[in-house]
Amino acid sequence: MVASLKELATREDRLTSGHRACAGCGFPIVIKMVLMSTDDPVVVANATGCAEVCTSIYPYTAWNVPWIHSAFENTAASLSGVESAYRSLKKQGKIKDDRPIRFVAFGGDGGTYDIGLQALSGAMERGHQLMYVCYDNGAYMNTGIQRSSATPIGANTTTSPTGKKSFGKVQPRKDLAAIMAAHNIPYVGQASIHNHRDLMTKAEKGFKCDGPAFLNVFAPCRLGWGFDPKNILDICKLAVDSCMWPLFEVENGVWKVNYKPRTKIPVADYLKTQTRFRHLFRPGNEEVLAQIQEDVDRRWERLLEMEAITNKK
Amino acid sequence: MAVNKQSAAESQAMTGNEALAEAMRQINPDVVAAYPITPATEIVQIFSSFHADGLVDTELVLVESEHSAMSAVIGASAAGARAMTATSSQGLALMHEMLYIASGSRYPIVMPVVNRALSAPLNIHCDHSDTMGSRDAGWVQIYSENAQEGYDNVIQAIRIAEHNEVQVPVMVMIDGFIISHGMENVFTLDDQTVRSFIGPFKPRFPLLDVDNPVSVGPVDFTDFYFEHKRQHHEAMVKVKPVILEIAEEYAKISGRKYGLFEEYMLDDAEVAVVVISSAAGTTRYVVDKLRRAGVKAGMLKLRVFRPFPAEELAEALQHVKAIAVMDRADSLSAQGGPLFAELRSALFDLPKRPLTTNYIYGLGGRDVPVADIESVFNDLLTTVSTGVAGPKVRFLGVRE
Ligand SMILES: Cc1ncc(C[n+]2csc(CCOP(=O)(O)OP(=O)(O)O)c2C)c(N)n1
Repeated sequence: MVASLKELATREDRLTSGHRACAGCGFPIVIKMVLMSTDDPVVVANATGCAEVCTSIYPYTAWNVPWIHSAFENTAASLSGVESAYRSLKKQGKIKDDRPIRFVAFGGDGGTYDIGLQALSGAMERGHQLMYVCYDNGAYMNTGIQRSSATPIGANTTTSPTGKKSFGKVQPRKDLAAIMAAHNIPYVGQASIHNHRDLMTKAEKGFKCDGPAFLNVFAPCRLGWGFDPKNILDICKLAVDSCMWPLFEVENGVWKVNYKPRTKIPVADYLKTQTRFRHLFRPGNEEVLAQIQEDVDRRWERLLEMEAITNKK
Repeated sequence: MAVNKQSAAESQAMTGNEALAEAMRQINPDVVAAYPITPATEIVQIFSSFHADGLVDTELVLVESEHSAMSAVIGASAAGARAMTATSSQGLALMHEMLYIASGSRYPIVMPVVNRALSAPLNIHCDHSDTMGSRDAGWVQIYSENAQEGYDNVIQAIRIAEHNEVQVPVMVMIDGFIISHGMENVFTLDDQTVRSFIGPFKPRFPLLDVDNPVSVGPVDFTDFYFEHKRQHHEAMVKVKPVILEIAEEYAKISGRKYGLFEEYMLDDAEVAVVVISSAAGTTRYVVDKLRRAGVKAGMLKLRVFRPFPAEELAEALQHVKAIAVMDRADSLSAQGGPLFAELRSALFDLPKRPLTTNYIYGLGGRDVPVADIESVFNDLLTTVSTGVAGPKVRFLGVRE
């Protein structure tokens, strides 16, 4: 059960203010909410990317909890080493503290869907007691908004730019949560920062489950997506209400859609809020818009089917 | 190598890989993360059976790549554990990025490496191209002639890496197949002696000390990066005396004495071969043969390549008239191998420099027969008699 807002407000800030993320950035919200979801001590591992760079510039740190960064693609592997050390030292009686330590990794979509996928898959398969959280901002933001396999169709990025013969990114997003679910780990969740209750419930489940957990959290980037910082949560809500970013979880192989919009809004309503999709509304790109809607619909239907199949008795 | 105090009866027949795995068992690391690669695979296989029999307290992390092996070992070391891995060739190359991160973050990791040629072309046999490719990765590099030295070096490496003034990772090499799979008599110490020699691991800023949170591996820009690199440099400078101090302590428990290098018949030598690892055995044999024939031949076998003991080498070699520097790796600079480049630079400040020639030999496991080493000494004798060194970079045992 997620604590009340009043109580949450009294909890220690495990990631403090003063870090150097942009105003209206998604990842600090992801990290704060996830770390607020447990009272247990935590150790954090961070992939190279915006979160790491903005929170750790030497000699400062925004972290009030033990934190390690070593490289870009290896965060799951490096955290699995930390967690193995914990199990080893605990087993040998070298750690006296009875409180369980929770291990959590944060990586961007580039560091998770792409270059870090192998290390992530390995760590999940080995069954470490850790949670990996991807803050998905849909591109390599730290290096200047390059397309990743999480970038949605039609997005204008610096390596999938729009042009006379280009409408932006051509390929659909990789379905990472499904890939993680295929590892048969105890918990996979997809969440968004505008719904703190859902996100924190998922984080709590991820921390507490017996084995590895994976969370994919929608984390808009104001610079890369092109929106006014104050609109960040509205954009998240539109993504979820259009079923572009469904909220769901896979608990021990059982799929559950946590939120089904009463009226599914057209995906165009979501796309319109960001300059990265602006070109799609110019004449000539109607087909692309239709293709995006089709892709969203197909995936949503498939998700509902997964829910139905896995809940069948 | 000094004379063993132990009798031959106390030795055991072991392969190089068995000797290294045995050292790892006695060290009993908190975490081992590893990935298979010929010819190092056996080390981890043997260690896995120690683990399966409950002979170690280690958490074994059987990762999906060497990049992840080094990453997991880094994580474990940062957490506060004594952590090890072992690899070879392509595995070491895949770790390359993480090697710099391990050393730059000053994690005292120890890694046995079984030397094997790097692709392409694909080859599984011995040369030193793998670890020579990592020579500037900020690790201490210790090369071993045989299984005995491999065993002794791994145990000493723990103390070197974890020394307060050092805190730098150490890789310990044996030659692939020639040593890793060759059987020899090895003297091992008893478990208790090894454990009290290495002592308990004392982490400096462990992540698992959750009440004293630290941030490790932050981004470090123009205002501090340089200072941190300078500290790493200073640590490397301090490694040499530490290695010697630990070697002395180790001699007391083992009867085997190590230095930065071994001098064989070098005191009055007029011609000498400088060599690394297993080819020293053949060279020693040739030196003995030449000495019997009245030739003042000698050998210097380098043990510590990083840090490079330049002054000590110059001191030891200054009186030699002609030197052959043996490289089991070509740096492809078109100027000879890595040992040659560094050794010549070490000799540069001598008032009277020996004449030096480079021999690139044994690539991809090409055998190094006695006749080849004899031909090198013959070349050196020609150099001495003519006063001319001849071609600077030569190849040994290759079809032209
Ligand atoms: C091996 C390697 N390749 C490339 C990079 C360069 N790099 C650093 S951060 C980054 C982008 C990170 O993108 P993402 O994981 O999506 O996180 P974000 O920056 O969006 O937070 C890249 C490409 C690197 N550090 N290491």
